[in-house]
Amino acid sequence: MIGFILRRLLQAIPTLLAVVTVSFFLIRLAPGGPFDLERPLAPAAMAQLRKTYGLDQPLGMQFLHYLGALARGDFGPSFSFRDVSVGELLARGLPVSMTIGGLALLLALGLALGLGVGAALRPASLFDRMVGLGAGLGLAVPTFVVAPLLQIVFGLGLRWLPLGGWENGAPSHLVLPVLTLALPQAAILARLTRVSLRETLSLPHIRTQRAMGLPAHRIVRHALRAGLLPVTAILGSTAASLLTGSVVVETLFGLPGLGRYFVDGALNRDYTLVMGTVVLVAVFVVVLNLVADVLCALLDPRLRLCP
Amino acid sequence: MRRIARSLARNRPALLALGVLVAIVLACCLGPAFTGHAPERIYPDLVRIAPGLAPHPRPETVAPALEGLAFRMRATVSDVIVRDGHVRFVLMAPAPIDARVLTYLPRSDLFGPAQILAREAEGRRLVVTAPVLARTFLLGTDGLGRDLLTRTLVAGRVSLVIGLVATGVALAIGLTYGAVAGYAGGRIDAAMMRVVDVLYALPFVFFVIMLLVFFEAGLGLILVAIGAVEWLDMARMVRAQTLSLRQRDFVRAAEALGLSSATILARHIVPNTLGPVAVAATLLVPKVILLESFLSFLGLGVQEPETSWGALIAEGARALESAPWMLAAPAAFLVATLLALNILGDALGQALDPRRDPR
Repeated sequence: MIGFILRRLLQAIPTLLAVVTVSFFLIRLAPGGPFDLERPLAPAAMAQLRKTYGLDQPLGMQFLHYLGALARGDFGPSFSFRDVSVGELLARGLPVSMTIGGLALLLALGLALGLGVGAALRPASLFDRMVGLGAGLGLAVPTFVVAPLLQIVFGLGLRWLPLGGWENGAPSHLVLPVLTLALPQAAILARLTRVSLRETLSLPHIRTQRAMGLPAHRIVRHALRAGLLPVTAILGSTAASLLTGSVVVETLFGLPGLGRYFVDGALNRDYTLVMGTVVLVAVFVVVLNLVADVLCALLDPRLRLCP
Repeated sequence: MRRIARSLARNRPALLALGVLVAIVLACCLGPAFTGHAPERIYPDLVRIAPGLAPHPRPETVAPALEGLAFRMRATVSDVIVRDGHVRFVLMAPAPIDARVLTYLPRSDLFGPAQILAREAEGRRLVVTAPVLARTFLLGTDGLGRDLLTRTLVAGRVSLVIGLVATGVALAIGLTYGAVAGYAGGRIDAAMMRVVDVLYALPFVFFVIMLLVFFEAGLGLILVAIGAVEWLDMARMVRAQTLSLRQRDFVRAAEALGLSSATILARHIVPNTLGPVAVAATLLVPKVILLESFLSFLGLGVQEPETSWGALIAEGARALESAPWMLAAPAAFLVATLLALNILGDALGQALDPRRDPR
């Protein structure tokens, strides 16, 4: 098991390197620079600025410098936020995104498992059909439609909850963003749970257990182990996308999370901020996929053998 | 083939979804010609009209609209009577009124050419009549005064085309890549799939956003960006199919006959993967449409004057408090399309896989 984890960690290194390389050169290919203002700067001032930030060096050298700094955990200075390092900006945005993403993940998992298992146990019942319909709707209604709808109903109509803002994570400000983020993921996970658990329940070993007269709850417990495998497998990418913040939700609810920093950074050609966000997200994706793989391997020993 | 058709025909939700989809496609393709409004036409005097069957301007808005126009004519309005699609009113000013100022009326989107019925008090008092135009906006108008139904339908064309073409791009790349990797096998296969694995771990949404922010956002770039993101699943699936097909007798026979690898791939392997590929492609279209509308929603996708459902929803979300219908119309079309495509894809998958058939 430890060998499996180590092997997966080693495989993560080229992936992260690829992310850093591709995004670094992609940003530099883009027209426009971080210091292009409406009124051009004096050439001397521009040269000075470029020198301060190391932009006067050859691109290859800049890349190596960046890699070196990154290896030491230094994301570099931000180009658009004066006197703030990208590390500090990320440290500001990450807690916001993580709070909302983490709560959304818990909510989505709870909803999905409850509804999915319930539907799988009573196939073709009214409950099953309602879950199927709800999941289909959840997949088809995009986040950026759900969010305004929730804002209309709970913010403008009933006036129960604020329309947006962060306010240091006051619970009332968290409800709508968490709900918006959780619903589509809950739909995906519920569908997956329902289909895979129902397939597992029709397998021969479950039939054998039924024939042996095992009580229903013990059969379900057996089936869940195999039935939840596909759910666990996609949980990694789901969690990563939730935890690192959805750009849409943060924009619509005015939350100062990672997604906002990323979009603002890209618009301002803030090279280091964009790089920092992308690298952080990639690390999250890789690590959480690893965790999901380990969980899968715990559930199904056969998976430990393949690379 | 016939079995698939029969299974689909028995699946009532799938038929309904197909019907909805055909209706939406037809409406988007042909509809804008019949709504009576050009998608780009701006009615400055009819901004943010609520949806409804009643023609505009409403009788109660005629008098205020006339007062506004009279202010520009440096005159005052009184005795406004609306009857049988015509308005009759008295225009008064301290100085004699030049009849040419009446051209303000037909210029306003609300009235037709005016006629002077009577000229009193040496031209300082005119009795005027003018036809009140009747325009219907089934789904209302947007913040600039454009007909929302027409714009939603035109936007649907863009969304649907992007959905189909980007799926085609992803399909072409994924099919070729997966079939080649699966058929070549061995080290080539391992290397090619390793690339896919690495690409899987990239935060792709971020890459697409980066591409679109840094380079001029446009239709072509959106297609490339989305197609480049979505081919990975397709490649994996086709490779798995190819791996099992490669062992089958008819492929071996073709090899024994000395056919070239390219011919075997094109004639024998790819056609046999098309079933699952068709299902995956059907389910990919809504994903692509969703991704495009997400990008357009962020302002990175389709740019004005072109529009797509995502762009319209973004406008609607901004005008949420004053004009909620601006969100409702494009959102309803988008959700209906996505739902129909998802149901259809699932039904197709069920029809192709008899094990999953409930009967």
